[in-house]
Amino acid sequence: MSEPVSVGRPVAPRGSRGGSASNTAAEATISSNEQGAGGPPPGTAAPAKVITRPGDRIFKALTVGSGVFVVAMIVLIGVFLLIQAIPSLMENQSNFLFSRDWNAEPGDLAFGVLDLLLVTVFSSVFALLIAMPVSLGIALFLTQYAPRRLARPFSYIVDLLAAVPSIIYGLWGAYVLAPAIAPFSVWLNENLGFLPIFAKGSSDLGIGQTIFTASIVLAVMLLPIITAISREVFDRTPTMQVEGALALGATKWEVIRTTVLPFGKAGYISASMLGLGRALGETIAVMIILSSTTTNFSFSLFDGGDTIASKIARAAQEFNDPRGAGAYIAAGLVLFVLTFIVNAFARSIIAGHKEYE
Amino acid sequence: MNIKRHASVLSLIAAGALALTACGSDANTPAGSNNSAAPAPTQTAAVECGGKKGLVAEGSSAQKGAIEAFTAAYVTACPGQQLAYTPSGSGAGVKQFNAGIVDIGGSDSALSKSKGEVEAAATRCKGNPAWNLPMVFGPVGIAYKVDGVTDLVLNAEVTAKIFNGTVAKWNDPAVAALNPGKTLPDTAVTVIYRGDESGTTDNFQKYLVAAAKAAWGKEAGKKFNGGVGQGAQGSAGVADAISAGTGTIGYIEWSYIQDKKLSAAKIDSGAGPVELGAEGAGKAINAAKLKGEGNDLVIDLDALYASKEAGVYPLVLATYEIVCSKGYDADTAKAVKAFLTTAATTGQATLADAGYVPLPNEFQAKLLTAIKAIS
Repeated sequence: MSEPVSVGRPVAPRGSRGGSASNTAAEATISSNEQGAGGPPPGTAAPAKVITRPGDRIFKALTVGSGVFVVAMIVLIGVFLLIQAIPSLMENQSNFLFSRDWNAEPGDLAFGVLDLLLVTVFSSVFALLIAMPVSLGIALFLTQYAPRRLARPFSYIVDLLAAVPSIIYGLWGAYVLAPAIAPFSVWLNENLGFLPIFAKGSSDLGIGQTIFTASIVLAVMLLPIITAISREVFDRTPTMQVEGALALGATKWEVIRTTVLPFGKAGYISASMLGLGRALGETIAVMIILSSTTTNFSFSLFDGGDTIASKIARAAQEFNDPRGAGAYIAAGLVLFVLTFIVNAFARSIIAGHKEYE
Repeated sequence: MNIKRHASVLSLIAAGALALTACGSDANTPAGSNNSAAPAPTQTAAVECGGKKGLVAEGSSAQKGAIEAFTAAYVTACPGQQLAYTPSGSGAGVKQFNAGIVDIGGSDSALSKSKGEVEAAATRCKGNPAWNLPMVFGPVGIAYKVDGVTDLVLNAEVTAKIFNGTVAKWNDPAVAALNPGKTLPDTAVTVIYRGDESGTTDNFQKYLVAAAKAAWGKEAGKKFNGGVGQGAQGSAGVADAISAGTGTIGYIEWSYIQDKKLSAAKIDSGAGPVELGAEGAGKAINAAKLKGEGNDLVIDLDALYASKEAGVYPLVLATYEIVCSKGYDADTAKAVKAFLTTAATTGQATLADAGYVPLPNEFQAKLLTAIKAIS
């Protein structure tokens, strides 16, 4: 009977041993509060029950509140999009999901999201294809190859990339990168133009306001996101496994291939998916770089066009009719659902692997 | 900066002189203007300062620069008075004016009867009609960048064909016919248009509809309907894209052509090529016919754009100040009149440097009559 008491109140003896008078006083007041609130008398049934103090209740209420708040926010945003979009969708004369035309003139609504969706997904996936191997390299370098002294500042620099505002990326892409890669685009088009993705598109190669330019800029924006998460995952590779591999005579590359990569694969893929979600929703940088076009998207990297987000941003200044705005908001709803799915997919990959939890 | 300071010093002196002569007339020297071609209006008018201290206006971004020049003139003429302008777009300007939130609305099109804006404005003005006063005119230039070509001449028909894709090479016979003796390269034409919805696009297309309906074959509207080329974001984006490419052509406001030092095509409406500038545009404004009644100075754009008179540069963007003819409270009416009067007189001096056309004398007189009639 005496044992559970000492387990249940480990603080009291420690406090008195330390000789701190204030500590014991605090203990006394708290326990007297407990009695006042009708708590069980100390020493009898107390250890069996979990003690809650006012702080517990306040803190729990705050955390639950925050959790409910964020869920409510998401739901309300979804509801807002739906409410705004439905009247326009009812008046829409085209098939919203499969039409490639976009006419949001109030009174003559005929809009379809397909072209926007294709450009959005195409540019983001291409950006991801560039960013994934580079991020993998950076993360492996930081965790496996770089000396500790170098790894810390280097990872700060990579993280800094995430802090650069997207408008800066956009201006850099339009004014520096676009003219710089123009000769390369021309070369690709001339030599590999028989492939559809390098065929001549709707955007002038010399000016360089193409999906190609936009995707490279997007890829740079994705680097810090994918690198940061992958780095954390690779860092957690069990030392036992690494040392085991080394003991069996594995070289550095073999260690990475047999322990680090298999262990971190799921984390790396989900990091990439989170990056993809970011690329899909990127607005300002894409809007500045991409030229808009009147022709359909032809699956070429040298097309212009608009992603869903950039289309909305371009039109937002002239929203003066709820029906016209509703058409854009309907497109926004598609983007909302798309990023939601991508993020959920990323989470599900993590959830499938207990070691990250 | 230097020019501005110079101008403000001059106008301070002018303001001082004005005060000494008991609000007499104002010497209308084009202070700080380095554009000798700009014919500044000569008529002057007494400004009765006072009334509401802070006027609020909102609307078209195309007239933002002009309103800034007007406000600077207003502040010097009437110390202590201010006007705040939000360049949020024509639609927003009309909406805010009709809701009674702003004192002056700015719009690149007159109030529309079919959209119910005229009635809404009359309600806002307590049963009195609102007036559209075309205070700000800016020519729109057809800017291009073609290797070895610096003095391109176009007419409405060929412009229409370029912007709808019929003319796809710079050495097309249609272009060559207008530019005899010039060597035009065998490069493709890249049309650059405004990717966002814009009043500039609307006016440019209205011009093509009015002056070359058959060749254009498309409609007007805030969205580019040509079906070729690539869109750039905002006027600055169009200017950048034109200078970044080769064989490019696009339409932008004069001020951007000045800033980016682009070449602009001369327009030949049948009586010889006319250069982009204040002179040709000023003649266009003078020749413009009005279709509004009395002091409601709505411009007949179709007639202006289709004008074939000699020396007229027809591609002009007109933006309106929308005001109540009656129905302001006394304080607001006084301030609105004072602001508009300075805008129509001293405010004109620095307009050419900002890419706008100073009002021609005749037109200025009409505006001043209208402003005087506001009560």
